[in-house]
Amino acid sequence: MQTTGREYLKDGVLPHMWCAGCGIGVMLNALLRSFAELGYSKNEVVVVTGIGCTGKTDDYLTTNALHTTHGRALAFATGIKAFRPELKVVALMGDGDSVTIGGNHFIHAARRNIDLTAIVINNFNFGMTGGQASGTTPSEKISSTTLYGNPERDFDVSALACAAGASYVARSTPAHAWELTQHIKAALTKKGFSLVEVFSPCPTNYGKNNQMADPLQMLRWLKEKGVSREEYAQLKEPEKDGYFEIGTFCDRDIPDFNTRYEEIRARALNA
Amino acid sequence: MNREVRLIQGNEAIAEGAIYAGARFYAGYPITPSSEIMNECARLMPKVGGVFVQMEDEIGSIAAVVGASLAGAKALTATSGPGFSLMQENLGLAVMGEVPCVVINVQRNGPSTGLATKPGQADIMQIRWGRHGDQSVIALSPATVAECFTLTVQAFNFAEKFRVPVVLAADEVVAHARQNFAMPAAGEIPIVERKHPTGPPEKYRPFDADDDGVAPMAAFGDAYIFHISSSMHGPDGYSNNNPENANWRINQLHRKIEMHRDEIVLTKEYDTDEMDVLFVAYGATTGASRAAALEARKNGIKAGVLQLITIWPFPDREVAELAKRVKKVVVTEMNYAGQVAGEVRKVLGPDVQLEKVNKYNGQIITPQNILKAL
Repeated sequence: MQTTGREYLKDGVLPHMWCAGCGIGVMLNALLRSFAELGYSKNEVVVVTGIGCTGKTDDYLTTNALHTTHGRALAFATGIKAFRPELKVVALMGDGDSVTIGGNHFIHAARRNIDLTAIVINNFNFGMTGGQASGTTPSEKISSTTLYGNPERDFDVSALACAAGASYVARSTPAHAWELTQHIKAALTKKGFSLVEVFSPCPTNYGKNNQMADPLQMLRWLKEKGVSREEYAQLKEPEKDGYFEIGTFCDRDIPDFNTRYEEIRARALNA
Repeated sequence: MNREVRLIQGNEAIAEGAIYAGARFYAGYPITPSSEIMNECARLMPKVGGVFVQMEDEIGSIAAVVGASLAGAKALTATSGPGFSLMQENLGLAVMGEVPCVVINVQRNGPSTGLATKPGQADIMQIRWGRHGDQSVIALSPATVAECFTLTVQAFNFAEKFRVPVVLAADEVVAHARQNFAMPAAGEIPIVERKHPTGPPEKYRPFDADDDGVAPMAAFGDAYIFHISSSMHGPDGYSNNNPENANWRINQLHRKIEMHRDEIVLTKEYDTDEMDVLFVAYGATTGASRAAALEARKNGIKAGVLQLITIWPFPDREVAELAKRVKKVVVTEMNYAGQVAGEVRKVLGPDVQLEKVNKYNGQIITPQNILKAL
């Protein structure tokens, strides 16, 4: 059966607002396919967005949606899920939203193990505001605010989420659309905090500033340099440079916040 | 009616009032002098089938409250100056998205960390204007432990009825006062529930206001699918950049409060039948003003007291009406500028004298301080 997820896409909204070669559309496609393949109803899904290019995603959806403030999507999502555990809550954020302005909510949502799915489009810079450096701009790379090279280091978002206690973490790219969909489905069905990090092309800003202005060039970069964690582990140190790991970073069964809170309620009633 | 009488603290009364009003979600972050509200909600919420979440900061606290409210909860958070400052941006989202919620601000001395354990009333303008952009909220101020309870219930009733955030502008004096309070029995104080949509789900538009200025509100997970946005949006909740739509939205956010102004504005009068001097007070300065008025009458000065229970929208007509009958109005408050006095000045006739009694060193205002202004 064909399950494209078309029913979750609002009529009359295409073409979308993202630049040619942007990865957000591919992520959206994978997300809507995942909803369809999992048989989610529009009523039970709540998509929470922040601010930035990824934050515009809610405008294309027919599901419930909450478009919030910059960096705070996970905190709003936490309130929704904590009060109504049966809902499927998804937070869509860029790297600015999730780990730059919103880093505190990110690590605490993972630590709290609130049962929702965060999808982070990591395109290594602030796209909407014109290509400024973010918490994931790699060292030495060029951006509107690091014209002579970035003096800071970048967060490894997936490793950060694992360290903070997430139940499921995976990284993929728009050049690996099938795998990306599989990871999103695994994240949606995982009990506990799940993250899918999507390394994503931004030819308009990050690519242009770093010798990859051609959208195809950026996609090719993601396809060639994204290697499985096993392959990556076998690369020798100088070869590792420029490659990055894709695949599942962690997948573990830990009681989520709502399950734990049910136990607390039972205890409180007897106290 | 059997009422349980308890010696109870203002902060405890606020937590009890929230539960009584039907609040079943609390998200917060500890801060003096509001923390007892959080502690009580942590204890009570799981007992009544509610949820308590201790968030990572106040930004997240108000965000979680808004999220829970959209999922159908009556929800609250409590904080003080620094935390209230952090909440402003997301409180703006609650205004924009017309999301009912209650924020308790137990005001303390400032600016910045200030005198963290001492009272203040210097957040009055921040409560009204602290967020960017055009917006309107409701604020109530309790003067006694009993009012901590009843006005928390009232705050929820207004929030739910008008789909608006309501700020309970308490202060450290009333929050930490202990007084006997007869707990209202179930059903004794009316409880308002938000208006739910009844039409066909495919026609539901979350910002399509009824004649009363308020649109019915669904909850995430119900039959009604809906969008809420911090961005300018149309009646359907989806982004809309049309200038006419923006006009309509901003008018709507104000209109629903303006058209119910008389229902929202609450005041109390003491000895105002015959008077020469009017004391205007709110929160912690109410008791001192009443004591000062009684003392003044002993000395032959006919003084009355107007207690502002609703601070925003401002009780301008109520102040103006009483002020017509006196030569002097004395406004007593724990801030430097006279934040409420400025609002009072706007509605006084040119020949009415305004005296301000202000104290902002963390000490409470005494009746003697007020009598000196006569």
